[in-house]
Amino acid sequence: MSAPTRPEPAATGRRTPVSTRAVVGVGLLVTLLLAGVLSFYASSHPDGLSAVAARLGFDTTARESVTAGSPLAGYRVADIGDARLSGGLAGLLGVVVVGAVMAGLVLLLRRRPASGGRTAPGAPSAPSTDPDA
Amino acid sequence: MHVPDGFLDAPTSVGTAVVAAGVVAASLRRARHELGDRAAPLAGLVAVFVFAAQLLNFPVGAGTSGHLVGAALAAVLVGPATATLCLTVVLAVQALLFADGGISALGTNILLMGVVAVWVGWGAFRLALRVLPRRRSSVPLAAGTGAFVSVPVAALAFVGLYAVGGVAPIPIGALAVAMGGWHVVIGLGEALITFLAVSSILAARPDLVHGARGHLPPLELRVPEASR
Repeated sequence: MSAPTRPEPAATGRRTPVSTRAVVGVGLLVTLLLAGVLSFYASSHPDGLSAVAARLGFDTTARESVTAGSPLAGYRVADIGDARLSGGLAGLLGVVVVGAVMAGLVLLLRRRPASGGRTAPGAPSAPSTDPDA
Repeated sequence: MHVPDGFLDAPTSVGTAVVAAGVVAASLRRARHELGDRAAPLAGLVAVFVFAAQLLNFPVGAGTSGHLVGAALAAVLVGPATATLCLTVVLAVQALLFADGGISALGTNILLMGVVAVWVGWGAFRLALRVLPRRRSSVPLAAGTGAFVSVPVAALAFVGLYAVGGVAPIPIGALAVAMGGWHVVIGLGEALITFLAVSSILAARPDLVHGARGHLPPLELRVPEASR
């Protein structure tokens, strides 16, 4: 709580503190690599639940999702035949969408005072008190 | 562990959706306190990393695979309420865009992976931290412990839901043994990935790890002689 907002100066000169931007940047690179490239090498065996369902015979009640017609269904981009390209692209698109939704949510939560219970976005009820607007 | 449509009956699906919606609403309020200046960018990273890691099924034998759930990882890195929000966003995008996990089962999936796995993982992490010696290397170990416990418990929570509202007449004991057994093995993978990810962030910036706050030994301020 009393921690300084800027990184501690490397007083001893032994270690330069890593900036938040660098941490997030490296993390993003790893994420893009996982989603865009390495996902191709994932095991195609059914996961724990699907395998158990098949073995105990209750997999037959599963219904196809109503979004099964989505152009990204099954982590493939429709109309792209090459599995590596299709899967990699779908993974990258998913990262972009998840990142955008989560970033929007975080911005929204951080803008609103914690006392207010309402979360209606863009409600012009209160005058903006955002100091860095 | 994504539950498809048709496994659970309508009342159970609606019930889980109502409970999940309530917890997500509470998490929206609680997450404000977790999302400081430092945690905010990390929350976005955690969400996309969990999405990407869930694409990577690893084999666990006998024609079966598993993938990271990421609930305990998210809880340790950004706090449990924010973790629930991260998993909710991931699961919603997976269901709506990629047809992974049913739409009527979305509430069930959020309850299992975004609530049960998050809070069980977080609770086991906190317990493990209390037992382990008070030093930095204990944090990833505790995170791995939380991750390991979270997966079979979430799997057993599904068994509980199936006992209440499963569509097919399956012996629940056999279901519990199969689900628990496989997810103990998958939990080992979950623990390893969580251990490595938390270790990496902790090595670079221990102050960014939500679960490490109040646990690390106090920082020592060293002033070079020359600057006096």
